Amino acid sequence: MFGVELSLIWAVLIALAVFLYVVLDGFDLGVGILFPFAKDSKERDQMVAAIAPVWDGNETWLVLGGGGLLATFPKAYAALMPALYIPIGLMLMALIFRGVAFEFRHHGRQRGKRFWTIAFAGGSIAAAISQGFVLGGFIQGSDFLEGRFIGFPFDWLTPFSCVVAVGLTLGYGLLGATWLIFKTEGALLERARKWARRLAIAVGLAMAAVSLATLALNELVTERWGLSMYQIDWPTFARVAPLPILAAVLVALIWRAAAGRHALRPYLLSITLFATAYAGLAVSLWPFIVPYVMTPADAAAPDNALALMLAGALPLLLLIFAYTFYVYWVFRGKVAADASYH
Amino acid sequence: MEWDALLLSRIQFAFTIGFHIIFPAFTIGLASYLAVLEGLWLITRRDHFKNLYLFWVKIFALSFGMGVVSGVVMSYQFGTNWSAFSAYAGGVIGPLLAFEVLAAFFLEASFLGIMLFGWKRVGPGLHFFSTCMVALGTLISAFWILAANSWMQTPQGFAVGRDGSLVATDWLDVIFTPSFPSRLLHMTLAAYLTTAMVVAGAAAFGLLRGRANAENRTSLRMAVLMMAFVAPLQFVLGHESGMVALEHQPAKVAAMEGWWEEGPRKPTVLVGWPDEKSESNRFEIAIPESGNFIFGVPAEQSLPGLKKYEASERPPVAMTFWAFRIMVGMGVVMLALGVWGLVAWLAKRLDGARLYHRALVLAAPSGFVAVLAGWIAAEVGRQPYVIYGVMRTAEAVSPVGAGQVAGSLLAYMIVYAIVFSAGALYILRLMGAGPGPGEETPHARDRGPGDMLAAGLAPTAKIAPTSSQSE
Repeated sequence: MFGVELSLIWAVLIALAVFLYVVLDGFDLGVGILFPFAKDSKERDQMVAAIAPVWDGNETWLVLGGGGLLATFPKAYAALMPALYIPIGLMLMALIFRGVAFEFRHHGRQRGKRFWTIAFAGGSIAAAISQGFVLGGFIQGSDFLEGRFIGFPFDWLTPFSCVVAVGLTLGYGLLGATWLIFKTEGALLERARKWARRLAIAVGLAMAAVSLATLALNELVTERWGLSMYQIDWPTFARVAPLPILAAVLVALIWRAAAGRHALRPYLLSITLFATAYAGLAVSLWPFIVPYVMTPADAAAPDNALALMLAGALPLLLLIFAYTFYVYWVFRGKVAADASYH
Repeated sequence: MEWDALLLSRIQFAFTIGFHIIFPAFTIGLASYLAVLEGLWLITRRDHFKNLYLFWVKIFALSFGMGVVSGVVMSYQFGTNWSAFSAYAGGVIGPLLAFEVLAAFFLEASFLGIMLFGWKRVGPGLHFFSTCMVALGTLISAFWILAANSWMQTPQGFAVGRDGSLVATDWLDVIFTPSFPSRLLHMTLAAYLTTAMVVAGAAAFGLLRGRANAENRTSLRMAVLMMAFVAPLQFVLGHESGMVALEHQPAKVAAMEGWWEEGPRKPTVLVGWPDEKSESNRFEIAIPESGNFIFGVPAEQSLPGLKKYEASERPPVAMTFWAFRIMVGMGVVMLALGVWGLVAWLAKRLDGARLYHRALVLAAPSGFVAVLAGWIAAEVGRQPYVIYGVMRTAEAVSPVGAGQVAGSLLAYMIVYAIVFSAGALYILRLMGAGPGPGEETPHARDRGPGDMLAAGLAPTAKIAPTSSQSE
């Protein structure tokens, strides 16, 4: 189509869906991650009220990630999922706990409410950590033979994936804190500003750690960035250097904006920071959809499936954007300080 | 039987999908019911419709939440546990599943927010529109998931591609397989009946407790109408589905009917125990020579028998046989209760028929039992294939170890047991209190800007006695 491979178009679209998932569900997972740091039950109710009408739509991007990957890159889906069996399973179970907690917290009485409050926080944190392990396991690559996973069940668990897991959890926390800056007022708003400032620094450090560790993973990545243990290939590095520089600037900007009077800016800057990290990842892993073994063309579904999907997905995605925007518009504005979930 | 990754993955899939299907089966029906209630309220402006809506929408929120989280699991399990299936058939079946997400899940999830939290944010018309969009989403979702499953039951419109995996040759053939229309309607009506049984049970419980308010009396009548008119229709659709299976999956039909010998003038086996070793039914009670009549074919026409198929090509017979009987039995119960209710209604004794009310409370879960049994019959009956006649279930499994699958299965069982018990407790608590005048909106204590709808709802200011909020 227009001289561009369908598989390439779909690789971009799937990457976009995953990115939307990360920045959208990221903020509501992040609110759960920050739950333990809230002052009291009233403040937690306020935090939930800031995400309750939209979390379900946000999580649907994850379902699209799974279903879309199956539809467009079945071989990548079939290779990756068994390799990441355990962290995916943990993520799903964590998401179950936090997902039902939205309603259950409201219906539980004293002990029930406490249990589902802990389940919401614990589930959000566990989901973020598991997703970090999935991401780490994905980046570091696994052993495949003819598209089948042939490694061991715990191959994904490495020091590298642990750093990624911590980094992603902090990142979601940052999205959550900046979302709370946007949606809340009063004492909680002040607290959220403090959280956002600390988390911005922590995320900056974690991103640096993950970036450096990624360089050591694979020769391809080293070459891409022009950085190795022994020498720096300046021309290559100069081309990609804007990314880490931009990331550092963004961290500083978030740190400043979180303290100021801005409502939405800290969240938008945090999204941009995630986009920078995402671009860095793309630079490292291009052109692989299953790192170091499978390109989009290798893993793609037959062309007629990709074409059908594209014809259906483009109008549907426009429609989804339209009503998603409408729902966010309906629930615009700050959550009142005396708001509760129901 | 070896406890390998295959068997454990099958158990895990059966367990997680069985747990999941309970919720869509209920929420598909409930979403449509809510749309009807809100529509009736907007037209008539009679309070009990609004109260019923506000009551059931809380139960909808709980059930829908459990449906969502157990559904996310399904979209990844095809990869974690059935990766060989995904790699082989993903190019054909994947788009059907992806369209379910794109066309249905986003619609449901987005408008659910307005449905639950938008009472004071949008006008009544837009709120009703949101309810309708959620209901529409559940139906679109049923369309695509039944299309996908029906393709696996009666696959067509595909070929084997150059790399050995499947490729579609005609998408309309892939979506509209022979078994699809009857199965889609059968499942949709099953969802409506499931909801009707729950609504009837809750209303009957309220009446038994002496709450003969307009809410309980109205919802009981609505449910009775559904039972009396949809249950018979459901038998027709089930029969239609059986006829398709007779043509495309004769071994499944033979197992459902408990037929071992192929031949004409088949009996209708009412009960018995199909014994795979002796290839016969033990303790059989049958109506001789009525099978052909039930299938609507001439008495001399030959009907399938299991012995025609190698043992390795047969589904587990007893499970298919009994699941089918349980489903039909539940259908008979619903039909009988529908007729009973209609007669009591015509005799103007519906509100005082205590025995009938007790029967309804007892039969409240009958829809869930029927849906589960029906799906077991459908899915066990098409074994040993995951794609009928094309791919065996044994070939579909992921290259993962039994230990991992055993671990995840155990973990799912624990997680689902906790979540299900809590959810059931909260739903039953709400149902026990029942709907009544002055029902609160789902987030009554939220003081959002713009009180448009609340302005039109003066009586909501009262605190409902049903409220069980703490803190």
